[in-house]
Amino acid sequence: MTTTVAQAGNTGQMRRRPVAGRKLVDRLVKVSSWIAAWFGIFVMGFLVYEVIKRGIVAINWDFFTQPTPQDATMTSGGGMANAIVGTLVITLCAALMAIPTGFLGGVYLAEFGRNGRVATMVRMVANVIMGVPSIVVGVFAFGIIVKPVQHYSGFAGSVALAFIMLPVMARTTEDILNLVPNELRESGLAMGAPRWKVTLGVICRAARGGLITGATLAIVRVAGETAPLLFTALSSPYWMTGLFGPGGFFGGPVANLTKTMFDFSGSPYSYWVQLAWGGALVIIVAVLGMNILVRLLFQRGKEW
Amino acid sequence: MSTQTEYLAGPAGPRDAAKAATRGRLRLGDPIFRVIATICGLIVAVSMFGLTAVLIVDSWPAITGVGAKMLTTVAWEPSQGQYGALAALVGTALSTIVAMVIAVPLALVIALLLVELVHPTVGRVVGTAIEMLAAIPSIIFGMVGLFVVVPWLQATVVPWLLNTPLGKVPGIKPGPSFAGGGLSVLTAGIVLAFMVLPFITAVSRDVLRMVPQVTKEAGYGMGSTTWEVLRKISLRYANSGIVGAIFIGLGRALGETMAVAFIIGSVYNVLPHSLLDPGTTIASLIANTFSEATSKLDVAALIELGLILFLITLAFQVLAQIWLRRVQRTTGGRA
Repeated sequence: MTTTVAQAGNTGQMRRRPVAGRKLVDRLVKVSSWIAAWFGIFVMGFLVYEVIKRGIVAINWDFFTQPTPQDATMTSGGGMANAIVGTLVITLCAALMAIPTGFLGGVYLAEFGRNGRVATMVRMVANVIMGVPSIVVGVFAFGIIVKPVQHYSGFAGSVALAFIMLPVMARTTEDILNLVPNELRESGLAMGAPRWKVTLGVICRAARGGLITGATLAIVRVAGETAPLLFTALSSPYWMTGLFGPGGFFGGPVANLTKTMFDFSGSPYSYWVQLAWGGALVIIVAVLGMNILVRLLFQRGKEW
Repeated sequence: MSTQTEYLAGPAGPRDAAKAATRGRLRLGDPIFRVIATICGLIVAVSMFGLTAVLIVDSWPAITGVGAKMLTTVAWEPSQGQYGALAALVGTALSTIVAMVIAVPLALVIALLLVELVHPTVGRVVGTAIEMLAAIPSIIFGMVGLFVVVPWLQATVVPWLLNTPLGKVPGIKPGPSFAGGGLSVLTAGIVLAFMVLPFITAVSRDVLRMVPQVTKEAGYGMGSTTWEVLRKISLRYANSGIVGAIFIGLGRALGETMAVAFIIGSVYNVLPHSLLDPGTTIASLIANTFSEATSKLDVAALIELGLILFLITLAFQVLAQIWLRRVQRTTGGRA
């Protein structure tokens, strides 16, 4: 097509390109893209359907109130309650470490560092960390916490999850703060307010919908992670007993949903497999539910 | 907070308030805030160097004790002192290639559809659905892979495939470790493809959306069909962004653990001779054998695997950055 002009110069008229053939190709591409799109959507719908179908039979009162079964011959009773609690505690602790730090890191990138050398490097490093496989983060947390203290702990799992959340939170905060119009910043400063007050009280308030959405999505994302917990929080058939001591958050393995699902779905006992599917259903409902919830609540926040 | 109410509603005039602001504790607020924020920014950067340092230090016994044999020998048999990761490296490469071959065309076509062919409302709804599917944890893909995809492939697809002439083609013809074809590199690649599909689709869609309407309209005005505008205008305009999207998907596929650990068959000591053979990847090798590691060297060797995986993903990211720079230079600075 790009040669038409040259050819036109040679022959005195444009090269003819039959319309029928071009239209046929066009039609073929459109049809195949519809088929591909429906296929992709079908596969995803099928995935959710399978999880619901297999998980729903495991969901009952015991599932949310009883600890994981220790006896392989059990075919009823027992649940995932200790694992659900463990996942919530591990994720919450990770969020407490990563959200404030990541938020302030994002404030630094957007408000202070901007395009300076240091900020550019921080931004680049954050992007790199976001691409680090989560199992590598698990190995890192093993090396930095489990190995020195010589025992697994829920806290080590939290550190691994926090490590994953930190760059996500920082970059999201930066992106959202950058969307706040500069006039708002300037008018705040023109009122004589100090920088920190403008940042926290004006800019972050204007962007709070986006910030809450970002933080929630970051939490939900790591809540479903398995690989970083494999050799940090490990798993346990018992309830967590307080903070310290062999059954505590800092002192020993802590039951969690994803690692228990990994163990149970690889086990030969059908009841355990069923419980694992129950866990999968709980996670899918929680992840999709939170996603929909924040989208509905803070739709306006997405504009900024 | 009391100062704020003071100069908003207090008896003192605005000038006095400004004076008070410069005189009082407010002057300290800014530097403190700035320092705290900067420290938090630096924590992000330092954490990465901490990760690299910890991985190198903790894998040092294996780096010195096993050396280059890790990358050149096949078998991973810690009980016999063999720490060969070649089978895992080959498995990682094969499963990633299969995943990308399936996912990239599919994702591009879906992205094109969402941006160009459907009503914007439909595009938004389907786009949101795809974004949410990206949030589904990988262990769920692994479980569906193990309990649904593996039996289906093993019972239906693989026997049929082996009866066709394709079954004799090297790369598909079963190798020595063939185990029915359900738990195989191919299955891992297929499941990986659907794991990375939402990521590539979402990014490609955003990139294609940034193609200026005027440019496309110019194409239509010349009498181009939709496909011609897509191929010769939209895709060219967006190519660097799409390559970025592909690299994001590639990085995910390389390092994905849980989806693969369930379904690739976990054969650590034989190279997969075909896509239907079981194998392992670096990530799933770490995940499946870490709890069995007994000696210090075992653990160090597994941490070295983590280091290798980290370096591979890092290399691809650097590659992506260089590529993007080059494309930006040749196409005149468009992102």
